[in-house]
Amino acid sequence: MREQMEFVQNFPCFSIMLCMFAGIISSALKGKAAKMVNMAVLCINILMSAAVLLFAAYAGEFYVYVMGKFPAPWGNELRVGVLEAGMALFFCVIMLLSLMGGRHKLAQEVEAGKHGLYYILTDLMLSSLLALIYTNDLFTAYVFVEINTISACGLIMIRQNGRTIEAAVRYMIMSLLGSGLFLIGLCMLYDMTGHLLMSNIRQEVADIYAASSAGGSFHVPLLVTIALISVGLAIKSALFPFHAWLPDAYGYSTVSSAAILSSLVSKGYIFLLFKIIYRVIGFDAFRSSKIIDVLFVFGLMGMVFGSLSAIKENDVRRMIAFSSIAQIGYIYMGIGLGTQVGMVASVFHVLSHAATKSLLFIAAIGLTDVSGGSRKLIELTGSGYRNKIAGATFLVGALSMVGVPMFSGFISKLLFAQAAVQNDVKMLPTLIVLGISTVLNAIYFMKTAIRIYTPVEDTGYPTVTWRQNKTYAAALVCFMALNVVLGVFSQPIVDLIGLGLDMFA
Amino acid sequence: MSKLKSEKEYEKTMAFRFFRWLSGSKDPYIGEVEMKPQKEYREEEATIQERMREQQMIRDKVYDTENNKWLLFFRRFYRFMAVIFCVILGAMLISTVSYLPPTGNAKNPDNNEVAKRYIESGMQETGAVNVVTGMILTYRAFDTFGETNVLFIATCCVMIMLMAEDEELKRRELLNDRRFEPKNDAILQGVATLLVPIIFIFGIYIILNGHLSPGGGFSGGATIGAGLILYVSAFGFKKTQRFFNEKIYKVAKVTALCMYGLIGIYYYVTGANGWENHIPLGTAGHIVSAGIIFPINICVGIEVACTMYAFYALFRRGGL
Repeated sequence: MREQMEFVQNFPCFSIMLCMFAGIISSALKGKAAKMVNMAVLCINILMSAAVLLFAAYAGEFYVYVMGKFPAPWGNELRVGVLEAGMALFFCVIMLLSLMGGRHKLAQEVEAGKHGLYYILTDLMLSSLLALIYTNDLFTAYVFVEINTISACGLIMIRQNGRTIEAAVRYMIMSLLGSGLFLIGLCMLYDMTGHLLMSNIRQEVADIYAASSAGGSFHVPLLVTIALISVGLAIKSALFPFHAWLPDAYGYSTVSSAAILSSLVSKGYIFLLFKIIYRVIGFDAFRSSKIIDVLFVFGLMGMVFGSLSAIKENDVRRMIAFSSIAQIGYIYMGIGLGTQVGMVASVFHVLSHAATKSLLFIAAIGLTDVSGGSRKLIELTGSGYRNKIAGATFLVGALSMVGVPMFSGFISKLLFAQAAVQNDVKMLPTLIVLGISTVLNAIYFMKTAIRIYTPVEDTGYPTVTWRQNKTYAAALVCFMALNVVLGVFSQPIVDLIGLGLDMFA
Repeated sequence: MSKLKSEKEYEKTMAFRFFRWLSGSKDPYIGEVEMKPQKEYREEEATIQERMREQQMIRDKVYDTENNKWLLFFRRFYRFMAVIFCVILGAMLISTVSYLPPTGNAKNPDNNEVAKRYIESGMQETGAVNVVTGMILTYRAFDTFGETNVLFIATCCVMIMLMAEDEELKRRELLNDRRFEPKNDAILQGVATLLVPIIFIFGIYIILNGHLSPGGGFSGGATIGAGLILYVSAFGFKKTQRFFNEKIYKVAKVTALCMYGLIGIYYYVTGANGWENHIPLGTAGHIVSAGIIFPINICVGIEVACTMYAFYALFRRGGL
């Protein structure tokens, strides 16, 4: 009999199962009831994740939760530390705010009979994200990657017009390709190590890695496995050369979906990659493989080319979508630096980008609504005066993306620069590209911010105050607060991430 | 030779009909079955021309192939590079596989303590004679719950695509129950009457025997789903809806998944906290045994059968 557990330690399992139950029950409910269930589940999950975070931070070490009677190499298990609990809390908050901010558009853009289905998709999406965060088993991760992929397709195509269906098909093809590569890599790992549990694989991989310098036989398959898994997850999280599915998927789906996809779905896969680097391959083996340099170069290219595409774009939603490619590039660049500090910067940028990108999508929809629904930049002129709160929020998001102090984007850029200085070879390219990318970011975000605050003669478009849609305004205010909190009180968060990464390995 | 039966009575017997069928004097299906001769597919001249025009327009207006030499070059380059890339990738993967340990070697890394415990003590610990079922439904019950939810979410996505929400469309689809097949095909109905009960019973057998012999919820559910589909094709939606309509579908699906979830969470929480698990394992080899496997197999079977049928119904007419 293993030692008695605290009741709090059950919460990760409860939160995953609760989301699944919510999804299942919602399939028998009407749209409105499904919405209430979804809200309730999100709130309960936020509370439970916060409790787990407090517990893990207080205990100062991770714990293992056995899913069932049989311990880990035979059964499934969850592994909970500070970083996992913090990520779960953050994802739940972002999802709640995205859904609140996009609710009025959902009512307009999706057929009334299908609102229930939308909430089923979000419930199961959240459960898969939580499972990806908490699981300590590679195959469980793959199963929930499947759920994640399918529900993401549903989130894109639930607003039914030609562009979204095209985007969903494109997303599905690319994403399944990523899943396939991930699965092949997983099979090879199993063949080499005989385990699916992350901790056990890591011990075996450490032996292989030690033997490979002495001419061990598994040197080549290990390298190919790392490549397959990294590329598979990079496709799914839209790293630069694999980003073709992204602009349409984020640009045309209903706004909550765009916010959820950009800030949670791609981040879930990146978090899985973090986990695989630390817990499956091992940080040293990963660093000494050449793949890390490839990811670094792709990241740098993404930072420049994503921003260039965004500058050329004339549609505000697609512009924000292209900016995602640049930001994903930052994250992979941080991974590519191959130092602990670089990883901390990457994790912080995951948080920062998730908070900012969903904010931008939600704020942009408020601006296009007061411009006759047009998304052309020229039509948005002066829209910051017509919807003051959306304009202010957009400004906050833009400043954060550019990296102005006080906002979250500044801290992540600072962390990246600090991490770069510690790496002799990669310092110069990182700092140069970081500079170029910041200037490019400033070009297109400041261009948009200036445009929405350019006064115009009467355009005939209506003026909207915050009282007309209180849920939307509340979501925007929460987003702004979140951004400023991440920007101002960054030190405790960075410390927590460092602690979490230490527990991670 | 005296006639035992009068001419009229003889005409009613099986023998008369058999000999009549043998001699070919009367086709038993003419007048009994709705027969539609299959029309040869022929495209009208106008549609062909319209299609050609559209293709030409895409070529001229969208891509401007006349002047856009760069695009043409890119297309050729793309195709060429795609082939080369695939060949290189394939060669790389195949050469990697040659480094991996050979199949069936006793010294392979995957023949370790994990597989050993599954095979050697799987039966005592799970109560299931079929070790594979014991593994997926007891040792790794969480994975399988996720896998069942994959099916559930896939149905939801198909519903988003194909469910007819518009009232007018719904009515039209209802009338157009069988657009392409003849109604009441006697051969199909005869075969279905014979086969459907057997398929159902076989499916139930596979589900209930999942822990004893090869099979289980996924395969048994698929069998039952196939039986339902055969029934619908033969007798139409109206007759099927007497015992399987949208309401029953929802109730069955939600109950099955919730039951599975509840059993699952009970199993996880008792296991993780070291509490006593009150579900008895029973005697290995009995039909009601193997602890949580037996009810879970039933739940999975119901969910899979519902999913199979829902896919068919949604693709056929956008509703259940």
